[in-house]
Amino acid sequence: MNKVLIVAEHDGTTLNPSTPKCVTCAADIPNSEITIAVFADAPDDCAQQAAKLEGVAEVAAVARPENANQLAATLAPQLAALAADYDYLLAPSSTFGKDVLPRAAALLGVGQLSDIMEVIDARSFRRPIYAGNAIVTCSVAEGSKVVATVRVASYRAAPAGSNAAPINPVSLDVALPDHTRFVELRAGGGDRPDLQTARCVISGGRGVGSADNFKLIYDLAEKLGAGVGASRAAVDAGYVANDMQVGQTGKIIAPELYMAFGISGAIQHLTGIKDAGTIVAVNKDPEAPIFEIADIGLVGDLFEIIPELDQSLSG
Amino acid sequence: MQKILVGLKRVVDYNVRIRVKEDGSGVVTDGVKMSINPFDEIALEEALRIRERGDASEVIVVSIGEEDCQQQLRTGLAMGADRAILVQTDQPVDPLAAARTLLKLIEKEQPELVILGKQAIDDDCNQTGQMLAALWDRPQATFASQLELNGQQAKVTREVDAGLEVIEVDLPAVVTTDLRLNEPRYVKLPDIMKAKKKPLETLELSALIDDAAPYCAIGEHAAPPQRSRGVMVNNASELVDALRDKGLVN
Repeated sequence: MNKVLIVAEHDGTTLNPSTPKCVTCAADIPNSEITIAVFADAPDDCAQQAAKLEGVAEVAAVARPENANQLAATLAPQLAALAADYDYLLAPSSTFGKDVLPRAAALLGVGQLSDIMEVIDARSFRRPIYAGNAIVTCSVAEGSKVVATVRVASYRAAPAGSNAAPINPVSLDVALPDHTRFVELRAGGGDRPDLQTARCVISGGRGVGSADNFKLIYDLAEKLGAGVGASRAAVDAGYVANDMQVGQTGKIIAPELYMAFGISGAIQHLTGIKDAGTIVAVNKDPEAPIFEIADIGLVGDLFEIIPELDQSLSG
Repeated sequence: MQKILVGLKRVVDYNVRIRVKEDGSGVVTDGVKMSINPFDEIALEEALRIRERGDASEVIVVSIGEEDCQQQLRTGLAMGADRAILVQTDQPVDPLAAARTLLKLIEKEQPELVILGKQAIDDDCNQTGQMLAALWDRPQATFASQLELNGQQAKVTREVDAGLEVIEVDLPAVVTTDLRLNEPRYVKLPDIMKAKKKPLETLELSALIDDAAPYCAIGEHAAPPQRSRGVMVNNASELVDALRDKGLVN
């Protein structure tokens, strides 16, 4: 039996969809027995959501007031203590997982694999390097704990079914540092669906032309219930905030439908969307590189096409 | 504050188009332009600005790797670092070994702040800063887009998936940089000449840590699967029809 511990990502009340994606990855490990660890001040809600996920054998709920904010400095020592009895320790390769997991790995005295996209066998994995321009096979020696972040864009979420895994409260006798303090979280997108979990994402690039013009993109997104993204060029031009950036230096996403308006398709942007189900590109330049990878392309002026799309969608 | 330690990794320049070798043994690096990892350049720029504001007296740049890393250290000195340390080895160094090596230098140099790039653009690991902070038993502030020093504390704005998170850490601490922290300066020719006279110390990796065996064995390299070109449509209503055929919109 390979005992796998997954660190749940959550906001205190809701499990982030990155967690069920880690479950799908963990299920690919031969003979895996999956435990989800929920660190929170009041873990009940998230623990119950985790217990429903198909393939989960157990939920470990670690309640502690210090866990109200998910600080790496506070979580890592608890995680290292809990992971001692496990063969695998996984976290999503979100900013949460990237922050906490290497700290826990170092406390455990082992290295880490980042962004695993495929489980080959119990010890071997594939992961992207050079911004996804090469895929490399990595093998962890027998007897060493496997610590890895999971590239969430490579996995579908494990369904929340009729499973009812036992929820076990765990108390860890670990001293926690007070050298790191949470001040505030300034959230970005408001009510719009989260970029990394939205079924559909609409993005604008430099071709949108201004922050005001982005309203066109927001309105279309609202009509489709889509998340809104942007290219780095649009972010650098000041049209939108950086947390909307899609690409190697922003978010790597895999929605079922991705629609790019006025985005030429720099390599760094394409790296962030190549796992999308269907890519639609609208650009007035027929030579734009984004057409090389788009499933459906339309050459034209986005200021004419978006209103027409809006009409066709209403019809 | 006395000292700031900054890590500079030598990587394939970000403008180079990466090609996988035909035998799958790695990516092509022969005759390819090498540079300072862009996130590390931002780390150095931030350290220099702190020193120029009078909040630090010395900026030390460190690189771990082969002898050629001297080139990147010289560039760092030309940007304005005061001195450089090369920890030399011909073996690959993974993030945990890099963190253990940096810890040895920290014990010797006693910096109040260590600034590293959030990740290197070659292996894309995003681990070294966090591992170093753990081994050093000090705070970490990763993915920083703003750094404010306030006596023995730092207030750091972090770029996280949900937006911007602000945390406060006691010094000494490890900060890792995100792209928006600053825009690194260009190096001027007279500075390159001056940099040649600045001290560059070379240490052997084996003199600092016992065993740098990597955590995982790196096997075959492959080119990523390519998406193929799809269909072109002529207008918005054809686009909506195509999306409806696929069941993607109502």
